[in-house]
Amino acid sequence: MTQDVLAFRKVWRVGANIDTDALAPGAYMKHGIEVIAAHCLEVHRTDFAAGVKPGDVLVAGPNFGIGSSREQAAGALKQLGIAAVIAPSYSGLFFRNAFNLGLLLLTCPEAESLQENETVQIDCEGTPQVKNAQGQMLTCHAVPSFLMDMVNADGLVNVLKQRMADKAHNKTH
Amino acid sequence: MSTTRALPGELSASTSGSTLAQKLIARAAGEAHVNVGDVLTCQVDLAMFHDSSGPRRLKPMLAEIGAEIWDRNKVVLVLDHYVPARDADSEKIIRITRDVAKEWQLPHVIDSEGICHVVLPERGHLKPGYFCVGGDSHSPTGGAFGTYMFGIGATEMLGVVATGEIWVQVPQTLRMVWHGALQKGVCAKDMMLHMIGKFGMNGGNYQAIEFAGDTVRGLGMQERMTLSNMSAEMGAQVGLIAADNTTRDYLKSVGVADDVIEQSQYFETDDNADCQRFDFEASQLSPQVAAPHSPENTKAVAEYSHILPSVAYIGACTGAKLADLRAAAEVLKGRKVASGVQLMVAPASARDQAQATKEGVMQILIDAGASVLPNACGACAGYGGTFEEGATVISSTARNFQGRMGPASVQVYLASPATVAASALAGHIADVREVLA
Repeated sequence: MTQDVLAFRKVWRVGANIDTDALAPGAYMKHGIEVIAAHCLEVHRTDFAAGVKPGDVLVAGPNFGIGSSREQAAGALKQLGIAAVIAPSYSGLFFRNAFNLGLLLLTCPEAESLQENETVQIDCEGTPQVKNAQGQMLTCHAVPSFLMDMVNADGLVNVLKQRMADKAHNKTH
Repeated sequence: MSTTRALPGELSASTSGSTLAQKLIARAAGEAHVNVGDVLTCQVDLAMFHDSSGPRRLKPMLAEIGAEIWDRNKVVLVLDHYVPARDADSEKIIRITRDVAKEWQLPHVIDSEGICHVVLPERGHLKPGYFCVGGDSHSPTGGAFGTYMFGIGATEMLGVVATGEIWVQVPQTLRMVWHGALQKGVCAKDMMLHMIGKFGMNGGNYQAIEFAGDTVRGLGMQERMTLSNMSAEMGAQVGLIAADNTTRDYLKSVGVADDVIEQSQYFETDDNADCQRFDFEASQLSPQVAAPHSPENTKAVAEYSHILPSVAYIGACTGAKLADLRAAAEVLKGRKVASGVQLMVAPASARDQAQATKEGVMQILIDAGASVLPNACGACAGYGGTFEEGATVISSTARNFQGRMGPASVQVYLASPATVAASALAGHIADVREVLA
């Protein structure tokens, strides 16, 4: 499955400096991802986890995902069906975790011009672009191909699975 | 993987000398020289994970991909997040962790004896020149040993334990050069809060920070660890300090063999290396306090003297190492905390606590009114609702995000262990310099 075009995605807006405790609250960390996801972002908006639909996108301010290495912060968004996060900047650790779980992050300097409930389209062919409701194109930073491959494989686990299978195959031939 | 694919927003290659970060990555990648922005595959010398990020997540994923641990001698497992068990769920996580450790026959397991970032060097696992990963965001602590160490999530750890490799993009270096002597009572934690206040929570932009200058050279290993530790709060990938004789002495003191110490690699940033340099005057620094709910909300302590904490917490890898306990004891010696303030001390490791007991440091803290908690992440991990509704806390930990250490109403102020102790005495956030004067 490749995700070159994500059409007509509904925007959920949050602010700057969204931390991993907001995305995956510590009190629920001992539970599975379904439970953590049900409390995702509740410290900022209680309507998010219950209201978000698979394929929606999350638009945030700068420094999204700061804090812990807990990848459940990205996993919770994935679990809720978020198709992509669009923000001007990310925590580097969160950035790696998200792609490792197959969650697409777009670094978009103009992210904050997007509005709650707006419908957007994302084109990942070449340099990613977000088309807003007025039809304007917002250009995002390029995503290196090996990270895009990770998104298309739905995460590092599948990439490794393939790698291990290839290794076993090469051994027997 | 190609060695020249740059991620967005990076500078192009430079031909000048190399930074400490570049040299450490070049060694791990088997290259003579690497350029800022290069993406390389590095060989991992050591992978550390704990009870939360480790076995309970790795075991099912390893089975799913059909792989085994690449080299169990290069793996260290630490049980620190869910110990001691608070409930049936944490008990289950601990049981799974111990069972998997046996099944995998892991030779290096540190169980309920302290926090991973403190026990890892304490057991001699970190050596200068190493390239290491940790399944925890405060893994940059290892940078204090001239080690390239950074935090990763559980899935990326799966990749490391299955292959022994990880990709890294060679970072730029932000060189923090500190000059002169700190005032009495001012600590590494104050230096770090000041820098986070100046650069912001993501000001490190996932690049390398290097701490240098005579002030840093004069700090002991545990104070250096506090600097590297909170590089995480600046959003840096690593927080490096070139290893020197202080590092050698520490390694010797924890039982690392002389030949291993001598054979380690002591890299330094070249004079003509390309970095962004920032200079700081240590003698000008006052004790710093970060107000709720971000470590970047930092100001001089005097700005917060109207705040009346109900809890004073000395804990975590950031703020309860032996050096931190000593700093608090110096303030609390022969005194008692103010009424209405609850002082809690969770020493970062069993060995540090044993040494502090031997020196009389623990007794001073207890006599001052401290309750002593287990050698674990405790309140700082935020996995149990530690503080009560409406509590105002002054804490020597690293993070004061809303809801992390209790209900959303809890107000956490971050400060050095010395400032936490001084505030516990005064009943309001207080300047430790006045207590020690």
